[in-house]
Amino acid sequence: MSIWEYANPVKFIRTTDKLLPWLSVAAVVSLVGGLVWGFFFTPEDFRQGSTVKIIYLHVPSALMAINAWLMMLVASLIWIVRRHHVSALAARAAAPVGAVMTVIALATGAIWGQPMWGTWWAWDPRLTSFLILFLFYLGYMALWSAIENDDTAADLTSILCLVGSVFAVLSRYAVNFWNQGLHQGASLSMDKEENVADIFWYPLLVCIAGFVLLFIALVFLRTQTEIRARRARALIARERMA
Amino acid sequence: MIALLLRDLRLAVRAGGGFGLGLAFFLIVVVLVPFGVGPETALLGRIAPGVLWIGALLACLLSLDRIFALDWEDGSLDLLATAPLPMEGIVTIKALAHWITTGLPLVLAAPALGVLLNLPAGGYLWVLVSLALGTPALSVIGTFGAALTVGLKRGGLLLSLLVLPLYVPTLIFGAEVARRGAEGLAVETPLLMLAGISFGALALLPFASAAVLRINLR
Repeated sequence: MSIWEYANPVKFIRTTDKLLPWLSVAAVVSLVGGLVWGFFFTPEDFRQGSTVKIIYLHVPSALMAINAWLMMLVASLIWIVRRHHVSALAARAAAPVGAVMTVIALATGAIWGQPMWGTWWAWDPRLTSFLILFLFYLGYMALWSAIENDDTAADLTSILCLVGSVFAVLSRYAVNFWNQGLHQGASLSMDKEENVADIFWYPLLVCIAGFVLLFIALVFLRTQTEIRARRARALIARERMA
Repeated sequence: MIALLLRDLRLAVRAGGGFGLGLAFFLIVVVLVPFGVGPETALLGRIAPGVLWIGALLACLLSLDRIFALDWEDGSLDLLATAPLPMEGIVTIKALAHWITTGLPLVLAAPALGVLLNLPAGGYLWVLVSLALGTPALSVIGTFGAALTVGLKRGGLLLSLLVLPLYVPTLIFGAEVARRGAEGLAVETPLLMLAGISFGALALLPFASAAVLRINLR
């Protein structure tokens, strides 16, 4: 029994078919629970008022935007090294989800920034590097859809993902150097001192769990779709040959 | 390798548009800026380093798809791939040829265009230095993008979408060197970072470009 058994598309589909309903239900429950808890059952911040509550969307989506790219990086590496098709397809499936997470993070940030910072957008390092991350997602998805041969596309996008990761990190430090930040520091670091108060922290954790589950469920679903579409194409091709 | 370099240079010169097009584009971008932001000299002088950098970057981008496209169409890229030269070497030479035909003229033209934008007197040297250090990185990164999109029918737009985000760190540090130089501030830190990006890209990216090219030629 090893994790590589799931590289077999049939095995992957069978397992994820069983997991998917549970994952989806868990995602919906924790998202709804976390958001309702956060929106209606936490006090308002004494300085930020009710705008503080956007944290329950902003922080988890920002977290997932970065982790989705990390997951694509790992999946790309697995594809390059071991050439399991499921891995390449999972990377492909994660990209649009990650891009949407980036948009959610940017949009909620802008909505919060308008009353708090007095501006929708500032060229702050964190904001800027998220915008750049979004551009990377766009390029990655565009390359996938531009190439007709599936294996070539998987190879090329994997290498783009590797190179892009290096440049994304470089850009992160470059924008840090380029402009001073307006964005507050980490609110979820391991260092307890600088974190948000417990009363906001627990619903936030539930929301993060919800976003993680949602991401996994969506990636599973999209990977399955991709595998089935590919099988359908293969069947049509076989039909034509016969 | 030298033969390949000479061949590429000769092709670029004879086909026309190699030097000329990039330079003309650079000139037009710089001329258009005052129309966009107004002819006020103080403002132009302040944004001049950034405008020169962006103009050079866009001019560089414009000629990227020529790096491999012609060789791909007439099949000489396949011949090059079977030559005893390693693919990494071919890619590096291609990037070097692109830099000599596009990057170098841009670097040399930038101070002249700086006059048009009322660049402060102290800025000329640093615009020149930062572009001279930064444009090789633009060529090398661009070669990677060109290798990625070589087999595609309409790769041009995709190429810019892929390459522009990769240009961000180079642009930030390059424009920072030029800006600080123009304002008479210390330039060491961004200059070192820019040099680091250039040499790092030069050392590592040819491997990625070569791998990508091999996949595309498969």
